[in-house]
Amino acid sequence: MTGEVAVLGAGMHPWGKWGRGFVEYGTKAARAALADAGLEWSAIQSVVGANTVRCGYPGQVAGATFAKALGWQGARVTSVYAACASGARAIDTARAQILSGMADTVLVVGSDAAPKGFFAPAGGERPDDPDWLRFRVLGATNPAYFALWARRRMALYGDTAEDFARVKVKNAAAGAANPYARYRSPVTAEEVAASPVVADPLRLLDICATSDGAAALVLGSVETARRLGMARPVRIRAVSSVSPTHPRTALDLPDIATDSAPPGSPVPDPFRPSIARAAYEEAGLGPEDLSLAEVYDLSTALELEWYEDLGLCAPGEGAKLLREGATAPGGRIPVNPSGGLASFGEAVPAQAIAQVCELTWQLRGQAGERQVPGARAGITVNQGLFGHGSSVVAVR
Amino acid sequence: MSPTRVPVVDGWFTAEGGEFRLLGTCCRDCGAVYFPREDAFCRAPGCSGTELAEVPLSRRGRVWSYTDGRYRPPAPYPSGPERTWRPYTLIAVELAAERMVVLGQGAPGVALADLAIGMEVEVVPGVLAEEDGRTLTTWHWRPVPEEGPAPDGRPAPGEAS
Ligand SMILES: [Zn+2]
Repeated sequence: MTGEVAVLGAGMHPWGKWGRGFVEYGTKAARAALADAGLEWSAIQSVVGANTVRCGYPGQVAGATFAKALGWQGARVTSVYAACASGARAIDTARAQILSGMADTVLVVGSDAAPKGFFAPAGGERPDDPDWLRFRVLGATNPAYFALWARRRMALYGDTAEDFARVKVKNAAAGAANPYARYRSPVTAEEVAASPVVADPLRLLDICATSDGAAALVLGSVETARRLGMARPVRIRAVSSVSPTHPRTALDLPDIATDSAPPGSPVPDPFRPSIARAAYEEAGLGPEDLSLAEVYDLSTALELEWYEDLGLCAPGEGAKLLREGATAPGGRIPVNPSGGLASFGEAVPAQAIAQVCELTWQLRGQAGERQVPGARAGITVNQGLFGHGSSVVAVR
Repeated sequence: MSPTRVPVVDGWFTAEGGEFRLLGTCCRDCGAVYFPREDAFCRAPGCSGTELAEVPLSRRGRVWSYTDGRYRPPAPYPSGPERTWRPYTLIAVELAAERMVVLGQGAPGVALADLAIGMEVEVVPGVLAEEDGRTLTTWHWRPVPEEGPAPDGRPAPGEAS
């Protein structure tokens, strides 16, 4: 088991389409996290930024960008990128610095100002870039992959469009109670069914939007938390950052084809379940110990997939778990009490940090209307393209 | 003068010998097959292979999943706003011999209603778009006709040969 680090503070800038710059959003979230920790900026020894690839050079040196915006004070700066998993990798980097004794107080920030519509690759002619190629050769957008997986679930497990809509209805109801969410209105199954098809079988309301937003955490050693007078701080007990194993035979974006498996060999271990498995092993707990989970619902159907990959139910039983109400507020294991990506829309480098902010508030009992009663342990999970898995376990 | 025909990516497919095939590469040391092709190093962990031979992939496979694109994808998809936009199907096909899944667009006219998971499909030459006075060629997947010989003269599945 790896050592624990304490969450000293958490802060966010509300998600939305605000039309301003990512530096402003991130700075606001950072200041909120510092205030929550009761720490002056000058007390921060290291800044880890989760990069955005959409905001020019400053976005690709996010650690330095936020250190400058908060006022250069000489702290160590690090910038990391891992697509949708960038925020969790930033947390992992901060944790390593704390556990190795490099720093006692680390600020983690992720922020994005997202374009309208489909995410698209950077310009230029780059036939050796799989992300460029899938758009160039196939016009295969992210929702196209979500739809391929969704149809596969329908064929293998009997999931229906109504099951998918039920995920949106659940998450929209939760998001309506979250002041940081972008969409704050309940959604009905009829509204999902009436929204236009984007990539059959998925409709517009099955697919998460792209948003502006920012989230930040102040992490420190458990010792530091005690020194600050926090008797029972939220502690990060595990950060899984596993990569896939060869051959990968499950189709995943941005790839046009899977690896090939040798004839007669056993079916290779799929990637997604391995992400949570590593987190459970490191945390020394299992799905039965969880009070809540924040999962990466890029699509409604994908949320059901995560139930199974987290071990909340057996493969193929995600829709059943949902229908039973187990993952709704008040259920056995509420999933996405924050409202999830369905209510936030994706602000890529901020999203995995926002998931941990939600765990923090839930574990402290500060989640207001959306509070999971008596929350003791929570997990986040997400997957960034190009083989980045991430899962964080926090306890109190 | 008719526009020049150029493959949308070099070296991914061929019609040489009169038969259209996707082209991958195969590691001479461990036999791993790659599409898109790997030409310098084998990616199998523990294999130090550096010789990869070009191999044609199976011509037929079974539908692993499928969808369509109802909105115009962004660049670099060759479909600027000045062009007519035609929705297309996307089909992921499982090749049994290679034990791999390969995506492709459905041939023109292939609708979602024509497809089902597990259905047999075959690879056929296709046109992706006209761009800058060139015709960009690609591969398409198309359901194998149930009766009669396949268009290239091969017997249809189940037919006595
Ligand atoms: Zn090899």
